[in-house]
Formats: sequence, structure tokens, C-alpha cells
Amino acid sequence: MCGIVGLYLKNSKLEPQLGSLLSKMLATMTDRGPDSAGFAVYGSDSHGVKLTLRGPGQAALRKAISGVEEALALTFEKTERDTHTVISVPAEGEERIRAWLKDEAPSVDVVSAGRRMEIYKEVGLPAAVAERFDLAGMTGTHGIGHTRMATESAVTTNGAHPFSTGIDECLVHNGSLSNHNDMRRRLEREGLTFATKNDTEVAAGYLSWRMREGASLQQALESSLSDLDGFFTFVVGTETGFAVVRDPIACKPAVMAETDDYVAFGSEYRALVGLPGIASARVFEPEPAKVYAWERH
Amino acid sequence: MSSYDLNQAPLRDLNRALHALRADTNETHWTITGPDGRHAIAVGLDAPISVEIEGNVGYYCAGMNKLASVVINGNAGVGVAENMMSGFVHVRGDVSQSAGATAHGGLLVVDGNAGARCGISMKGIDIVVKGSIGHMSAFMAQAGTLTVLGDAGEALGDSLYEARLYVRGSVKSLGADCIEKEMRDEHREQLYAKLQAAGLAGEVNPSEFRRYGSARRLYHFNVDNAGAY
Repeated sequence: MCGIVGLYLKNSKLEPQLGSLLSKMLATMTDRGPDSAGFAVYGSDSHGVKLTLRGPGQAALRKAISGVEEALALTFEKTERDTHTVISVPAEGEERIRAWLKDEAPSVDVVSAGRRMEIYKEVGLPAAVAERFDLAGMTGTHGIGHTRMATESAVTTNGAHPFSTGIDECLVHNGSLSNHNDMRRRLEREGLTFATKNDTEVAAGYLSWRMREGASLQQALESSLSDLDGFFTFVVGTETGFAVVRDPIACKPAVMAETDDYVAFGSEYRALVGLPGIASARVFEPEPAKVYAWERH
Repeated sequence: MSSYDLNQAPLRDLNRALHALRADTNETHWTITGPDGRHAIAVGLDAPISVEIEGNVGYYCAGMNKLASVVINGNAGVGVAENMMSGFVHVRGDVSQSAGATAHGGLLVVDGNAGARCGISMKGIDIVVKGSIGHMSAFMAQAGTLTVLGDAGEALGDSLYEARLYVRGSVKSLGADCIEKEMRDEHREQLYAKLQAAGLAGEVNPSEFRRYGSARRLYHFNVDNAGAY
């Protein structure tokens, strides 16, 4: 099952409402995924890199962050949100911070890295997860959310979407891939690293690899149609882009709405009914094996 | 005329009220507002009433319909008019996949496009789509007609039994055991009748359509294939 939502704003008009609109969309998809939820929000720009860290609690996160600050003789700008904290770090310090956390604070995970992207995910009902992180209060240009109904693996935060394998890149997935083990091995040979055994993380890694090799988001998704086997509806975000693709069989549901102000995605139309101007939006079902991509300049 | 706003009252109450109607009811016209993509709106109707829905509906709208006319002024999600027995369902927008699935009778008219698997396992329904249809449409169709003014996607009529498929535009590919067949006068007459029922008499020329149907090679087990299992 699982539910996906995405909202991509074409201009600044609705930016202050991005989080509140996305949180309503996410809550509507509870019926499709009540086990865990997660979302990525592309918000304010940082000078370096924003790292979203997740820990067992604020005390553990604070301890880890002050440890890194001490070790690197730096002070970070921090935003605490429940089990996650976003720190803004100098880009050149990212690798050292990751290495220090891995050795000294193994209970703290780096969920995402990006100039603008932050990712939050937790176990629980989507509305409760959105509230814990105050999604409704967030602003930005685009966001992607996922509600999970666990079928193949345990209900854990690590199994929750979105997955991120590159700076400002994230992916949510409805479906399952059958060649992810082979693809993971191939991508590891290309130097990518994976935090889980999850199939969706492989799809995210595949796109990161393609884009690293020079493909556009559109091109990367087009090649995924022949390289990834299984069934999938993907919604993908990059720093300035937003894209949707469904497998050639169109196993998983998808509805889109477009107006002058936004492009919205929902697993079902129900997720979109709260959007402003939806009654006059162009509502359509994305065709199978066709990449839909938007880029904001 | 009865009006019902789904943002003000529960869907279950609406369906219950519709199911309670007797064949000789005087409440013959219902208007439903605020569908907002809800699933299973106006399912299981069994009275000669007309229902108009203002907006986009979710899954299985007008499923199992008998006798009633349901008009959707918007798009419909998965399985609109699935398992319809008789009556009329008209969608003024697009429909998602499995429209008219397994339906035994009645007429489904779609003004826009239909997604994949339109008329899957249809058993006697007449479907008229003014736009195009997606892949695997009329899969294992057994009886009835599927008329498409636009194009058909991949594997049209795969494992088809006896339904008649009329397509005016292009067909991306035919499924297993589905072949093009000669369009004779009896077929043009049948097609004209279906177009007329869909309100298209005189607007669309039946001669522009091609007919597809079953080659009937999958009806019986072929012992030569025994080794394949």
C-alpha cells in the first residue's frame, strides 16, 4: 500500500503555506500508510550544508552535537525538532562531522544533507509525526511526503521514506523493486554507500549516481525505467526540481494536479482536495513509463 | 430533488439512503456535492433514479449499479462502474484504471481518457470512451462492447473471449489472441447503436473504426503445449 504526496510551488505565492498544505496532504494518506511517515522540505538556503541528524532523543543529540563542535572547534546554527536536529555546517567540514558521529555517537544518524533540504521521519500516525516536527510551520519551495504501510520489513524509522543519497536529493517510493540487491552491488562498485538493505534506498542511489555522471533528473528517471525492475511510483526532489515516474505497468496509483502556482502529487485525489484552487486545477493521472519533471530557476 | 453534501454528512448515510429507495420512489433525482475523491460513492444502487455528482470521485464510484443513472461532473478514480449490472454511468472527465471492470450490463460513457485495464473482464457492459484508453484494456473480456474514439494502449484485448472492441484511432499493440476483424454491416449497425446511446449519433462515423476480437485460439487447452507446464 503506502501513500505518497508531493507539492512543488512554481512561484513564491504559497511558499509560506508549504508546510501546512503538505501536512494536510500527508494526514489524508493515513489510510494508505499508518505505520510511519516522513517528509522532505526544501526550505531556506544555508551558507554551507544543512545536516539533518536523528537521535534517540534531544539529550543524545545535544551531547553528540556539542561533541562535534568541540572536536572541530566550530559552533553550528541548530534547529531542534523532537528527535531530529538540523545543523548548518561549512561544506568542507561535512566529511569530518560524519566520521566523528560514526565513531563517537553511533546512535545518531545523518538523515540528509543539503543546502536547502531537510528530512524528517518517524514511526507513528502521519498526523502525529507531522505535528512532532511542526511540519505545518515550515516554509519552502517544495516538499515530498510518504506514509508507510509496512509489508516486507519491520516498522522502523530506518525503513521510513524519504531516502536521500545525495546533496538535496530525495526519493519516495510506492511499490517494491526486485533487482535491488544486484543494483546495490553495482552502485557500491561506483563508490556509493548505503545505510540500509532497503530497495528504495537503492533507487535513490541509482538516481544520485546517474546525476553525478551528468544526467539531468529527467534523464536519470528515464534510464531508471530500463535499469530498475519491479513496480514503482517514484516522486523525486532535487534542490530546484521535482519529478514523478511510474513503472510501465502502472501498478501503483497516482494523481496529479497542476495550476499556475503549483504541481501536486497524491497517491489518491483525496490528498489534493485541500489545495487552493484545486477545483479549477488540471487534474490528471500520470501515464505509465513517462517522466514528468519540473525545474524552477 | 434531494441534495446531499458529503462535506456535511457521512458518505455511509448517503449510500444507506440510496439503498433504501424503492423502485417506485418519488425521490428520483439526487445531487451530491463535495465528493472530494471519496471512495465508493453511490455504489450498489438498485432503483431507476438519477444521481449527479459535482466534482472528482475516488475509487469504485457507481460500482454494482443497477437501473440508476449516475453522472459524474469530474474525474473518477479506479474502478468506476465496476460490476455494473444495468443502468447508465457518465463521467464527464477522465477515469483511472479498471473502469467498468467485470460489469455485466449497462452503459458507461467517458468523455475524457481512461487509464489502464479499461473494461477488464467485462461481461456484457457497453463502454464508450471519447478519448483514449490505457494498456491491457479489455483483458479477458467476455462479452459486451468497448468503443474508443481515440487510441488504445499496449496489449489491447489480451486473452479476449467474445467482447467486441471498436477503436477509431491507433492501437499500440494487440494482446495474446486478439486480432483485427472485418467490419461488416452488422458491426457498423451495432457500433452506430452504441454511439447513439452515448449521444454521438451523427457526430462520429462508424466507418472510421476498426474492429478487434478474439481469434479463439485460447478457448481450449492445446495438448501440444503440455510440455510448457
